[in-house]
Amino acid sequence: MVLKRSPHAEKAAQANGEVSKRDSTTALLRELVAHLRENRTQLREEWVRRITESKLLTAMTRDEIFAEATSVYDKYVAVLESGSVESLQAYARDLSERIIPRGVETNEVVGIVLLLRDVLARSLFKKYQSDFGLLNRVLDAYEPAANRIANTVAVSFVQERERIIRQQQEAIRELSTPVLQVRERLLILPIIGVIDPQRARQVTEQLLRGIRANRAKVVVIDITGVPSVDSTVANHLVQTVDASRLMGATVIVTGLSSEIAQTLVTIGVDLSKMKTVGDLQGGIEEAERLLGYKVMMEQGPDESR
Amino acid sequence: MRVPILKQGEYLIASIQSALTDEDLMQLRDDLADQAGRFRSRGIIVDVTALDVMDSFACRTLRSLASILRLRGAQMAIVGIQPEVAFSMVQLGLAFGEVRTALDLEEGLVLLRQEAAERQR
Repeated sequence: MVLKRSPHAEKAAQANGEVSKRDSTTALLRELVAHLRENRTQLREEWVRRITESKLLTAMTRDEIFAEATSVYDKYVAVLESGSVESLQAYARDLSERIIPRGVETNEVVGIVLLLRDVLARSLFKKYQSDFGLLNRVLDAYEPAANRIANTVAVSFVQERERIIRQQQEAIRELSTPVLQVRERLLILPIIGVIDPQRARQVTEQLLRGIRANRAKVVVIDITGVPSVDSTVANHLVQTVDASRLMGATVIVTGLSSEIAQTLVTIGVDLSKMKTVGDLQGGIEEAERLLGYKVMMEQGPDESR
Repeated sequence: MRVPILKQGEYLIASIQSALTDEDLMQLRDDLADQAGRFRSRGIIVDVTALDVMDSFACRTLRSLASILRLRGAQMAIVGIQPEVAFSMVQLGLAFGEVRTALDLEEGLVLLRQEAAERQR
């Protein structure tokens, strides 16, 4: 009778092998961490030297680079030891928040992490160069962890950057469309900058809400600050005028430059229903007339007027 | 649900309280057309503040109601269109045409009074 190992036993043996492999990886990593701790000063200095040499992080002073490098080095070693990237992630995000406003680019951040990886790998080569097999196993343990760290830092940096960009976009959007009341029941809406469909929609929504909140009867939309208008934007303008009329408000559009006026006529947008006045002053005067205001100048020192 | 119609001097005020079915709308049209003649009303106000949707059928019905009332000697104004409703209406290309619109009931009454005064001139 041939004795065959049951599948169950085989699996157990395999698992055993994996456990021992994992054990040895952990042991190697522990050894690695000890080595990196031991040579902390020297390796860190080597790293900072390489950073300066490659002309990375030029926006920061040498002392700052050294200080950041120290904490990054310690975090790096800590991650190798624990295998958990969470604290590094938080640190990378915090670091990004500090250095992004100073104009540090993504390639610089990725560059310095890769440099550190290189510096550490070289020191490992040096230490284990006599035993090639051991070096191989050490690198097996080191590489995946190092890659994960590089990945984490780069991703955290980019995420932070995107978060800042989103935040700024939001801020610009908020700033860009003020709806202001200049008189009882008269709103002005100065539009400055390029209008894209998304912004046009937002402007319309804010205006309609403003009409309800201020019980406006007349709205002056001033587009002096709009560099160009295409058919999409023109149609949005017409829609805004129509929607405002549905809410009982008259819209006066002012500040159409000769270029914009020519474009609108050329592309043939139907603007017949739109009230337009040359400039903002004229628009406000027209609005006051519609509302029944009469603005008169008090007899001033200049009697001739 | 039947829309309540209130008489206020020479004005009729129809205040829509909830979403209307097509039948409700046609009922409203018939009621207003009938009562405008009976009470010899000069102006009719349809208050749509409570509506958060305005579809093409509602638009068309209100538009034709305005024409009917004009033939019977009354002016109609639609008041209380919400910002979201106004915006989606223009996006869908819906319009009230010649029908006058105002912000709310108070504005609507002012509007109708002004129009009447202008016509008498």
